[in-house]
Amino acid sequence: MSLKLGVPSKGRLMDKTVEWFARHGIELGRSGSDREYAGYVKGIDGVELVLLSAGEIPRELATGRIHLGVTGTDLIREKLGQWEQQVEELAPLGFGQADLVIAVPHAWVDVNTLDDLDAAAAAFRLRHGFRLRIATKYHRLVREFLREAGVADYQLVDSQGATEGTIKNETAEAIADITSTGDTLRANHLKILEDGLILKSQATLCRARAAALSDAERATLGELRARLGVD
Amino acid sequence: MPERAATLAEAARLRGLFEAAGAQSVETSVLQPAEVLLDLYGEDIRARAYVTSDALRGEQMLRPDFTVPVVQMHMEHGAEPARYTYSGEVFRRQEEDARRPNEYVQVGFEIFERDAPETADAEVFSMFFNILHPLRLRAATGDIGILMAAVDGLRTTDRRKAALRRHIWRPRRFRALIERFSGRAPVPETRAALLSARDPMAGAGPLIGLRGEDEIISRINALREDAQTDPISETEVDLLDAILAVRETSPNALERLRDIAVDMAAIQGAVDRLARRLEALDGRGIDIGALDFEASYGRTQMEYYDGFVFGFHAENRPDLPPVATGGRYDALTRHLGQGREIPAVGGVIRPGLVLDLGGVS
Repeated sequence: MSLKLGVPSKGRLMDKTVEWFARHGIELGRSGSDREYAGYVKGIDGVELVLLSAGEIPRELATGRIHLGVTGTDLIREKLGQWEQQVEELAPLGFGQADLVIAVPHAWVDVNTLDDLDAAAAAFRLRHGFRLRIATKYHRLVREFLREAGVADYQLVDSQGATEGTIKNETAEAIADITSTGDTLRANHLKILEDGLILKSQATLCRARAAALSDAERATLGELRARLGVD
Repeated sequence: MPERAATLAEAARLRGLFEAAGAQSVETSVLQPAEVLLDLYGEDIRARAYVTSDALRGEQMLRPDFTVPVVQMHMEHGAEPARYTYSGEVFRRQEEDARRPNEYVQVGFEIFERDAPETADAEVFSMFFNILHPLRLRAATGDIGILMAAVDGLRTTDRRKAALRRHIWRPRRFRALIERFSGRAPVPETRAALLSARDPMAGAGPLIGLRGEDEIISRINALREDAQTDPISETEVDLLDAILAVRETSPNALERLRDIAVDMAAIQGAVDRLARRLEALDGRGIDIGALDFEASYGRTQMEYYDGFVFGFHAENRPDLPPVATGGRYDALTRHLGQGREIPAVGGVIRPGLVLDLGGVS
């Protein structure tokens, strides 16, 4: 058997991952056509490339179906309970940087901190009869963050994409989403709360703690780590 | 963990004891409408309860506790006064500690009665005390009502009191509010800038979303008013701290609280209730001289309790959650009763933990 390496199957994240491995003399590529989800690895023996949706990589690591995987720290922390016990973060890869933040309309001049958000949420609930809605796909991270901060009277509404638009569409009053430059937030007339940074994320090479290793796979893992400089 | 059959048999036995004390046995559904629980507990309940759904009824939760359905049942068609008992599984999501069970059996006992609440408090507590006595657990008691009375009695604006009351069960936020209202915490820069702005809406940009300009202006006005308000005095903050620090055997705690009430008359009524409760407990044969009282007990765990609270802990097994917990939840009945209310007190035992610790029969 070979050591299974899970890599995002498309987009910038895949391209950057391929570049990062190439810098360490390991060539990753798609076999056959561009649409095929099978890959090859050149430059080291005994490693098999598994192309996966970035969002599935944390789960595949947790079950041990792949030994190594590249995904964002945001997804690891959102999708895995007690993630430290399930995966080991071997190396940040220096791309895919994104901050998970809480943002509100720029016009809310009275709301700049979590403290303000909490007070605004209380007043909002009295006025509108329901809890202030925060649109996000990071339910666990956001809920834990707001509980820790003691913010009450809000509810999370699920948004799997175009989250910045939910406020204008009046399906949410605030959002918690990832941003790299803040441009999209600004373009949508939103601002980040001063203490609203939930997590700084970037693409990270992770090792599955639960994945069983044969002697040969262990040797391959050792060699790969040495080659990648992540001993 | 004991076997399921043994746990259910123990649950039935415990329920029998409550029935013998005059409680009517009731059943509730495992699936509960999510809306009611979300409205009551907020988003946090999603971290603790399993949510499922169908296209007709929408979101449902696997019963995270019995209190809400039992209160609803009583508010709909219960006779007064009433004593109920029940047993069955509750379900709790566990995302941080896989050793904690996500499904366990509870046996409960609840009293709905208008007269003599302290007598009902004592009845519930002594039932639990006597049942659990062979396990030599540590009984902890407290009274959220004393802190609530202290907040209500502060010499400050209703708005500040409401903000503090809202965060009674979130000690960190409560403390942050006290720091701010007493002038100990500095005003954040952005807040100072907002308050001194001639036109705070200048440069606000386009208004988007449901929260309108009137709501923003109304909060700014509230903040301006608050900035003009005198800070909560050092003396009152010290008295609040003194209340929260009370942690003694019950008679000593009562003496201490009586001393505090001399300077903070607002808690006198709540302290009198504590005195009557201790008297009632004494009348039921509880050794109150050995009974611990902590004024801040139950503040982080038991959010709907607003008066007497108690818990039974296995001191030599710190890995275990409390074997039994309970308290008074008058406000919950007001919330679920849509205008009606009834004083209520009750608690639950976990028969699985009782057996874990060697059993009581």
